Amino acid sequence: MSSTTIRLTLRIWRQEGPQQPGAFVSYALEPLSPDLSLLEALDRLNETLLMAGERPVGFDHDCREGICGACGFMVNGQAHGPQRATSVCQLYLRHFRNGDTLTLEPWRARAFPLQQDLSVDRSAFDRLLAAGGYVSVNTGSAPAANALLVGREQAEQAFAAASCIGCGACVAACPNASASLFVAAKLGHLALLPQGQPERQRRSTALQIAMAAEGFGSCSNQLECAAVCPKEISADWISRMNRSG
Amino acid sequence: MKLDPQLPGGAIQDAWTQRRRELPLISPINKRRFKVLVVGSGLAGASAAATLAEQGFRVTLLTYHDSPRRAHSVAAQGGINAARNYQNDGDSIERLFLDTVKGGDFRAREAGCHRLAEISGAIIDQCVAQGVPFAREYGGTLANRNFGGALVSRTFYARGQTGQQLLYGAVQALLRQVDAGRVELLTQRDVLDLITVEGVARGVVCRQQGSGRLEALTAHAVLLASGGYSNVFHRSTNAVKSNASAIWRAHRRGAAFANPCFTQIHPTCIPSGDPGQSKLTLMSESLRNDGRVWLPAQAGDARPAAAIPEAERDYFLERQYPTYGNMVPRDVASRRARERCLEGHGVGPGGRSVYLDFTDTISREGRAAIESRYGNLFAMYERITGSDSYAEPMRIYPAPHYTMGGLWVDYNLMSTVPGLFVLGEANFSEHGANRLGASALMQGLADGLFIAPATVSGWLAGHLHAEVNSDHPACQAATAVVQARIDGLGSSGLGSGFGSSSGGGRSCDSLHRQLGEIMIGACGISRHAEGLRAALAQVQALEQEFAQELRLPEPRVGRNPELEKALRLEDFLQLAALMLRDALAREESCGAHFREEHQSADGEALRDDVNFCHIAAWQWNGDGQEPLRHSEPLHYRHATPSRRNYR
Ligand SMILES: Cc1cc2nc3c(=O)[nH]c(=O)nc-3n(C[C@H](O)[C@H](O)[C@H](O)COP(=O)(O)OP(=O)(O)OC[C@H]3O[C@@H](n4cnc5c(N)ncnc54)[C@H](O)[C@@H]3O)c2cc1C
Ligand code: SF4
Ligand code: FES
Repeated sequence: MSSTTIRLTLRIWRQEGPQQPGAFVSYALEPLSPDLSLLEALDRLNETLLMAGERPVGFDHDCREGICGACGFMVNGQAHGPQRATSVCQLYLRHFRNGDTLTLEPWRARAFPLQQDLSVDRSAFDRLLAAGGYVSVNTGSAPAANALLVGREQAEQAFAAASCIGCGACVAACPNASASLFVAAKLGHLALLPQGQPERQRRSTALQIAMAAEGFGSCSNQLECAAVCPKEISADWISRMNRSG
Repeated sequence: MKLDPQLPGGAIQDAWTQRRRELPLISPINKRRFKVLVVGSGLAGASAAATLAEQGFRVTLLTYHDSPRRAHSVAAQGGINAARNYQNDGDSIERLFLDTVKGGDFRAREAGCHRLAEISGAIIDQCVAQGVPFAREYGGTLANRNFGGALVSRTFYARGQTGQQLLYGAVQALLRQVDAGRVELLTQRDVLDLITVEGVARGVVCRQQGSGRLEALTAHAVLLASGGYSNVFHRSTNAVKSNASAIWRAHRRGAAFANPCFTQIHPTCIPSGDPGQSKLTLMSESLRNDGRVWLPAQAGDARPAAAIPEAERDYFLERQYPTYGNMVPRDVASRRARERCLEGHGVGPGGRSVYLDFTDTISREGRAAIESRYGNLFAMYERITGSDSYAEPMRIYPAPHYTMGGLWVDYNLMSTVPGLFVLGEANFSEHGANRLGASALMQGLADGLFIAPATVSGWLAGHLHAEVNSDHPACQAATAVVQARIDGLGSSGLGSGFGSSSGGGRSCDSLHRQLGEIMIGACGISRHAEGLRAALAQVQALEQEFAQELRLPEPRVGRNPELEKALRLEDFLQLAALMLRDALAREESCGAHFREEHQSADGEALRDDVNFCHIAAWQWNGDGQEPLRHSEPLHYRHATPSRRNYR
């Protein structure tokens, strides 16, 4: 833990609601401990704004430990900011230099309409999963757990794909605003497991149709998605998805 | 108030089967006539909603999150228990049952604990069938780990993200029902009140976060699965928005609140440095297997860890507990750490942390061994603190983590309000005064997959009330109450608007921080009557200050996160007072509840089975009135109450 403080300027996209116009506004932050996270810096800014009679900045967050997938915005043009494999709630001020200006902008994608300031509506992701991203098994009808053997490697790979937190950074980073990485990760997770086999083809078709219907673009192999993914979901899942249809 | 736990008679082994047989059934055609409201999409809520929909009920699920996948179950790391005895190490339903009763320090119902152990195996079956990628052995069978001091390996896990994987399984089952049109999913809704008609739970009032509009939603039964209330301490391992509002408002509408002071503190969390820090991150308890806890022997020693010679280090857990050493239970480890820090030995900002040192294991087994075991935890620690734990010891401190207390429910998970069921961490159920590691996920899924679907259905069979519409007087009255609350917040202060905000000079965050300090000091790891009484007065004063000094942004319609926070904080303030009263009334030490007046000469907890072998259930008695304390006696026929001893 360091004891010095850091001074930052935040240039933030302010837009009260989807119907209102938006613009960037710059805020000089009070000197802060570098051991605070960027979201905690926003908390502090919001407290100051509130006391000054201004509207606090809207942004999504909850767990603040990189697992719920609620947080996410662009920091200087990068989804979740400059740290590899890090969601923005886990981005600490010590990674910036004293005097830096950070530009914070919401995810921009047709399928993610803006709600307020840095907050967007990602319910399209849930509609994609609802279209078939599951195994159809009712409670009570499951066979004994060890009746289905799954190799260790295979289980670990399935886990790697299943660890996607649904933050939407991949879509925000993609020039086409494609949801291919998100969809491919879900298809990959279930396709690797015996439980996922019976519905494999149907699931793949359904999710890809839903993806287009929700207004996500198509994949042109730019691979920006994997580069920003806080869970390091590999772009190989997209190739797999394309191979197996 | 009548507390009938509806306990089954007969042999405990057959009780749940017997109960299910007794519950009346509803024909498939008739099921469609019933509407069920579920609040919460964590393991408990998502699994209950999906299962009830599969059975044919019409379900509406509400969550404050923008997606059901974000419920805080997602953050559980360690694993989920089940008595499967896959490791052939002597585990059984009986053993898990007894471990749960003992772990809870004999403050939970035997029948409920037995049912939990019985159901545990079927939970794993269901999760595997959903595609949860549990860890596996090379031969393809499920792997287990040892967890939370149990003598057997019964914990199933998916790397350090078990909760995430279980939740995604449950949420996918839920979304399948959404797609089938059997579940209506309403996200970004804050549930702010319960609607009762003729004493029966018939709906909730919620606020749509985007528009700020209030809605009254109605049903034939209401299920609350809204999680725990550790955020009453402000900073905890919970998510920043985790809250008690749904259960607290139901409490005010007649649902008894059981054992509110039973809250668990987790010893291995990343401590706080700056007042602006928003949460305390948990690090898996497994670290204590290989790390040694120590502090400088000399109080006030400010040298960096590396400069303190071995002879001047105090490995206080190893010294005080030669047998268990660093592996003593959560509450014991937490209490001893706090004591040493209060005596001036603590390290880090404000002297509020202890070292967890891996040097010995690294020199014994090599860096690679530690890296393979804890690589992700070390990385997380470094991300948050900027410090490399291979080179210098971690700093850890206990943090509020889990709440055993919650709304009182009977064996069928129904609260004292007919038609109101409570599931998961939101109820008080089977963990008594202390929860075993990896048992919360098990309980949430037991409630949601198996127990509630059977008992809710059984209750509905006799209660096909007429539909209540949202223009019913009860709905209008409840909505008006919520509207008045929203309009009244902060308005008794400076009154007129200042810029686009109104009210006095205190932000919600600053008031919440203050509440947290009071509660962690008086009602955390260690409690005593004088401190609890003083805290009660402080909380009441803070409630006044909240009413007079709160500042809020205007307008109160539309998206307004500060308003959401304020509504949650108002409920936490009231709940805090109840927790303090409960801690005061329970004149004994049991489980996580440690009263300094009730300890042995060597500082161990003294339980009082003569006067306190019961569940305390509090009844709301109106604003400004003292709540009423009722008790439900506990009987032990299978487990013999014994005293814990780790020395
Ligand atoms: C960091 C951490 C690690 C843990 N690790 C383990 C572990 O390894 N093993 C284990 O067994 N247990 C563990 N636990 C405990 C366990 O995760 C929780 O007890 C359990 O997941 C709670 O599940 P739930 O379904 O009851 O509630 P939650 O998952 O908390 O879900 C609550 C739901 O209710 C909704 N909600 C809440 N209030 C409102 C409201 N007013 N209006 C509308 N919606 C509302 C939320 O949106 C959410 O959907 C851990 C807990 C934490 C915090
Ligand atoms: S694939 Fe990665 S970036 Fe995309 S939603 Fe999942 S976790 Fe976020
Ligand atoms: S706040 Fe949960 S992932 Fe960032």
